Amino acid sequence: MVKVKLWGSLRDLADGHELVEVEASNFKELLDALAAKHPALKPQIDRGVSLAVDGLVYRNSWFTEVKPDSEVVLMPYMKGG
Amino acid sequence: MNFQSQTKADFKVVGTRVPRPDGVDKVTGRALYGADFNVPGMQVGLILRSPHAHATINSIDTSAALALPGVKAVVTSADWGVPEDDGLRDVQDNCLARGKVLYDGHAVAAVAAKDMATAKAALKLIEIDYTPLPHVTDVDEAMKPDAPVIQEARADESVPAGSGPNVTHYCEFGHGDLEAGFDRADTIIERSFTTAATHQGYIEPHACLASYGNDGKADLWCTTQGQYLVRDLCSGIMGMEGSQLRVTASEIGGGFGGKTTVFIEPVALALSRKSGRPVKIVMSRVDVFRATGPTVSSSIDVRIGMTRDGRITAADAKLRYQGGAFPCGTVDMGAQAAFAAYDLDAVRTRGWNALTNRPKEAAYRAPGAPMAVYAVESVLDELCQTLNLDPLDVRLKNAADAGTKASYGVTFDQIGLKATLEAAKEHDHYHAPLADNQGRGLSCGFWFNFGGNTSVSLAINADGTVSVTEGNPDIGGSRASISMMAAEELGVPYEKVRTTITDTSSLGQNDVTDGSRVTFAVGLATIKAARAAIQVMCGRVAQIWGIDADAVIWEDGAAKPSGPNAGNFEPMTLSEIAAISSETGGPIAGHHEVNAEGAGVSFGVHLADVEVDPETGATRVLRYTVFQDAGKAVHPDYVEGQMQGGAVQGIGWALNEEYIYGEDGRLQNAGFLDYRIPVASDLPNIDTVILEIPNPGHPYGVRGVGETPIVPPLAALSNAVSRAIGVRMHELPMSPPKILKAVMAKG
Repeated sequence: MVKVKLWGSLRDLADGHELVEVEASNFKELLDALAAKHPALKPQIDRGVSLAVDGLVYRNSWFTEVKPDSEVVLMPYMKGG
Repeated sequence: MNFQSQTKADFKVVGTRVPRPDGVDKVTGRALYGADFNVPGMQVGLILRSPHAHATINSIDTSAALALPGVKAVVTSADWGVPEDDGLRDVQDNCLARGKVLYDGHAVAAVAAKDMATAKAALKLIEIDYTPLPHVTDVDEAMKPDAPVIQEARADESVPAGSGPNVTHYCEFGHGDLEAGFDRADTIIERSFTTAATHQGYIEPHACLASYGNDGKADLWCTTQGQYLVRDLCSGIMGMEGSQLRVTASEIGGGFGGKTTVFIEPVALALSRKSGRPVKIVMSRVDVFRATGPTVSSSIDVRIGMTRDGRITAADAKLRYQGGAFPCGTVDMGAQAAFAAYDLDAVRTRGWNALTNRPKEAAYRAPGAPMAVYAVESVLDELCQTLNLDPLDVRLKNAADAGTKASYGVTFDQIGLKATLEAAKEHDHYHAPLADNQGRGLSCGFWFNFGGNTSVSLAINADGTVSVTEGNPDIGGSRASISMMAAEELGVPYEKVRTTITDTSSLGQNDVTDGSRVTFAVGLATIKAARAAIQVMCGRVAQIWGIDADAVIWEDGAAKPSGPNAGNFEPMTLSEIAAISSETGGPIAGHHEVNAEGAGVSFGVHLADVEVDPETGATRVLRYTVFQDAGKAVHPDYVEGQMQGGAVQGIGWALNEEYIYGEDGRLQNAGFLDYRIPVASDLPNIDTVILEIPNPGHPYGVRGVGETPIVPPLAALSNAVSRAIGVRMHELPMSPPKILKAVMAKG
């Protein structure tokens, strides 16, 4: 199981949880599991999210590995100028 | 040998200051910008824009315009379908209004005519029946429950129940017990701030030439930060398949984020399709101001608690951003960046986006961060003054470091903020004396950086030269940097390499030139493409020598035997291998395609000295120094240029630049005479100190540079001015009348 930290305004969409545990070994599995467990998160996931794994931010690389002991933080999709 | 996982620290080409490859073209006028493309039979495209801030379009009658001799086509939003995707539909509706005009300058219709005079005459013949509606341009007013409704039902699921009808997005970040943190503080300061919308201010207006053929294939030449994005947006709007639209990017006369979308390109394509002729559109400066993306304006509250020895105990911010008449998520970035520089036990940021009757926001260097950091760093500076603490020591005491849990949830790995602050503390600028009416300001800044989709092809030519093909417009010197990294990897002189930016039909997808991504991501792909070519060359040489490929290594631009059983062979240089490539298996090339990740965050510290004239309120910047962790600086001139350019744009934002709207909701200062950007004579030289803390996510340690330097100047200037006049400023820009008013109020 991987513990995913949600940003504050997503908590209401995940039954008040800041940390959500899901079964996943990569970015894509993690997003699918999050959306399945908390369907209210799906609109935000569909609009785009980034994932920070052990401090490195990934924008949309499905096969990025996540391990049970990884620090995994969901973030809004990064944009730049 | 493993050709893809090597890292490098001993450089021969990288880190030098080679001549820029576009220099001669740009100073002689040979470089081709967006408006320089012309083809036979080309028509002039011109766009009719709304005179109202907000109005219903009851009808559009184009018959008289179409009847005018020399007019080839007129288009409106009715010439397009309605995309299902919200984002694409917003882009399209911004290019040509559908049903309502949402801001002064919103495009409504366009003509293609034989010349400019005819096009202008035709625009006057288009009859539009409007019903004006109430408007709102201020973010705080727009968030009220009874504000004029700009678009119905655009709030996403994040918006709390009971929010005003124009609130489209809400976000919240942070951790820890805020109230307990504030209880531990010896001093708490809470202040409110506003920042104006500012334009990216690129010198080159938007321009494009579209040619739509009878067979459904089209070509588009334009100035853009991303030809692939232009292709994707335009083909979506036009209902075309992506492969049938080839987009070629011109040289670019600045973008800074403002050319990461489309405004005129789909309109030119629609006119070309309807007229059967090539159509060229060049925006006027007035239209650029009225209808292309400025950054968001903001209204921000910040509350910070601090112990008397300078430790921050709690920090809280509320950010209210408006990004014009369409939803945007820029406040997400500001809310994450606001406190990112600090190691805090208790922190919270909340952000709201609201619709207003203003142009659709476009990205601008580190979108969302400068205004948030301005408000935070201003309160920090006031706390330092109140507690009589050194502002640099306080920042060092609270600075984020490896292991810090950032306010947006991530635990930092190795970062360069403390090293940057220490460099500033040791610099003579920080200790130089100040005279009357002078003040020194300081601010930290932060930006995330990212990589993204990138494709590079690298060919070893038979004469021993190297051609690199990439797909990102060169906005900050990337052709030089890419050539340098190719030369470094291959072991050939920089002069042997030429990097070319190609059109959308010649390479795989490339994301936009934004997010400080190109030197990082395209550089990474170039290094890997070069390594792929080296692997081919080593394989060819191994065949010639009759030994295993594993027994051949690449050093100093040549293949050499390696290992006890490799044998004794004279090294073969790249030129020698290239010259016989036809005989050894054919052309030699490497390519690499990747969605690059691992960009690494970036921090900067700015010091600003100003003098304020107490009689006029005018501010003069006396001295300015930028300190930044840039990772490995591939071409230091360009790195310094990014740091200087970001600082100058931030200084303009702090002192003069603002979108000014009248009571009628119309823009009052759509031109550089009334929208005052800094020019060279306004400023001292911007000094730079590059700290090269390698990014572990790149083979050469490169990290993004271009966006971080626009984050600190707003607060650095505001803190300097506030200290110079003895009054704390809370509003940007700090134009002379505002400063004079503050000075006079002080008495």
